[in-house]
Amino acid sequence: MAAIADAAIVVPAKASKGYWASVGSRLIKDKVAMVALTIILLIVLAAILAPYIAPADPFRGSMIRRLRPIGTPGYPLGADELGRDMLTRLIYGGRLSIFMGVVPVLAAFVVGSGIGIFAGYVGGWVNTLLMRIIDVFFAFPSVLLAIALSGALGAGILNSIVSLTIVFIPQIARVAESVTTQIRTRDYVEAARVSGAGAFTIVRVHVLGNVLGPIFVYSTGLISVSMILASGLSFLGLGVKPPEPEWGLMLNTLRTAIYTQPLVAALPGLMIFMTSISFNLFSDGLRSAMEVKQ
Amino acid sequence: MNSNMTDTGPIVDVRKLTVDFSTGGGKTVRAVAGVDLSLKKGETLALLGESGSGKSVTLRALMRLHPDSARFGGSVNVDGRDILAMPYGDLARYRGKVVSMIFQDPGLAFDPVYRVGDQIAEAVVRHEGISMQEAKKRALGLFERVRIPSPERRLDNYPHEMSGGMRQRAMIALALACRPKVLLADEPTTALDATVQIQVLLLLRELQRELGLAVIFVTHDIGVAVEVADRIAVMYGGRIVETGKCADIIRNPSHPYTQGLLASRTGHEAVKGSRLVTIPGAPPDLSNMPPGCPFGPRCKYVMDRCKTQTPPLYDVGADHFAACFLIEQQAASQSQLQSA
Repeated sequence: MAAIADAAIVVPAKASKGYWASVGSRLIKDKVAMVALTIILLIVLAAILAPYIAPADPFRGSMIRRLRPIGTPGYPLGADELGRDMLTRLIYGGRLSIFMGVVPVLAAFVVGSGIGIFAGYVGGWVNTLLMRIIDVFFAFPSVLLAIALSGALGAGILNSIVSLTIVFIPQIARVAESVTTQIRTRDYVEAARVSGAGAFTIVRVHVLGNVLGPIFVYSTGLISVSMILASGLSFLGLGVKPPEPEWGLMLNTLRTAIYTQPLVAALPGLMIFMTSISFNLFSDGLRSAMEVKQ
Repeated sequence: MNSNMTDTGPIVDVRKLTVDFSTGGGKTVRAVAGVDLSLKKGETLALLGESGSGKSVTLRALMRLHPDSARFGGSVNVDGRDILAMPYGDLARYRGKVVSMIFQDPGLAFDPVYRVGDQIAEAVVRHEGISMQEAKKRALGLFERVRIPSPERRLDNYPHEMSGGMRQRAMIALALACRPKVLLADEPTTALDATVQIQVLLLLRELQRELGLAVIFVTHDIGVAVEVADRIAVMYGGRIVETGKCADIIRNPSHPYTQGLLASRTGHEAVKGSRLVTIPGAPPDLSNMPPGCPFGPRCKYVMDRCKTQTPPLYDVGADHFAACFLIEQQAASQSQLQSA
């Protein structure tokens, strides 16, 4: 009853949706982003539920059933060079590959935006100093830097994550710095200062509120780069160690089969491609959905 | 310190204010070169001048909004407190509470990612420590006061959902949220349509009278200045070149620059095809000021002494001053006539 009474007196003026609600409704209308998101969710879900949905044991091989083609009975996507089921290993491989894609970007997101926002907000010589240090990292191509760092730290998952994080911090810091520098000179920051807000409040409310969106979008785009770099590290023997299933490592061990079973050998690459392009397309969709009208 | 101020004393008292900015090459730019201002409670002063005349820098000095690299000289007293010597903590309490400000472009002065009502309420909570709900109620009252239609709805709007005029009304509501004593307005109508401009000006004048605010209004539009102000101070090259009551400045402009400004207005009498009157030349480069009178190089009455000496403010009449040697000369020739 009360609800009906309330509804009757609502003024027919335009109700304004929250910011995230409007971003969401714009994102849902974006077909490409939605398809990409579906693919990401499917792969993530498959990786999480791997023990329940995978048809076989990812580590159990068979010397007599090596390098079977796609469609072999019992091996829907073929078998690898040790006779292990490819479908199972691809499903399990998603666990490490996605982990290696997301965790370094997440760590770099926290550290990089911290550095960038600090440098951008303080400005002056502090900004110059920090940004020139950051620039040094840009002297190296990111693949080379990741390899050099991983090589120096030694092989292993944790070391790969650390080196990838270090690779991404400068990139995120630079985006954060440039956005913060723009925001800092906006009238609404001065307006906040005029109404008595201190530096902490301004950074927390106005800088973070406006900066995190663009950095977040940029970072989702980095997830695919991180996955590819991590796969590259595994491929070179600097990341995940065999027999652990990981797409990059699988690509490496199957490369000797490129002439005998090219389709099977290409499957891990296809997974890397699909996942990374999905992250990229979703990040593009997110960017256009989050564009704030001034 | 602030209790011994009497109601009749000036609420804003600026003495010999100078503001220097250092530029990259170790050079300093003197944006404000010795400005005196004083303003009583309930009075409106218009700072009139063109771009780079130092009017906005003077205004921002009243809140010490300049970056730390700016160096100040002289004194700025507002409500009995020295702003230039104020510690940062006090400064944050002072901004918005004692002195508040409205900006040129209301589209840029609100944060685009938060609701307008929340931004106003936040400022109130910050200064008065009341609950968010109380603050929202205050914001609603303010929206009604600045006559925003369907205020409950509008509080929930994001800045881009409002029109320019409405945003400027909301900006005024934000500026008045903590009941300040002094309101600074930096060209608040420049970005608005002509029809909305006059509405905002009328609203400002009405609020100023009701609340007994002291208002400093920066503008380059002499028409706007006449509309809102009790007194006008004309700035040029970082100095006040003429100051006085509105009517006196309009009827009897005593500085050649003010005369030029008034002459270059397009009135209704302008005939199609006739040339507009302009002041020849360009405003001086602040990092490379000419010696003597800053207006000298553009002045049609320029004399030899103008090139070496800077004229002080001469008394021209009731509370009306102008910085030009012509006035001294006229006074001298008049007294000669009288004695002859």
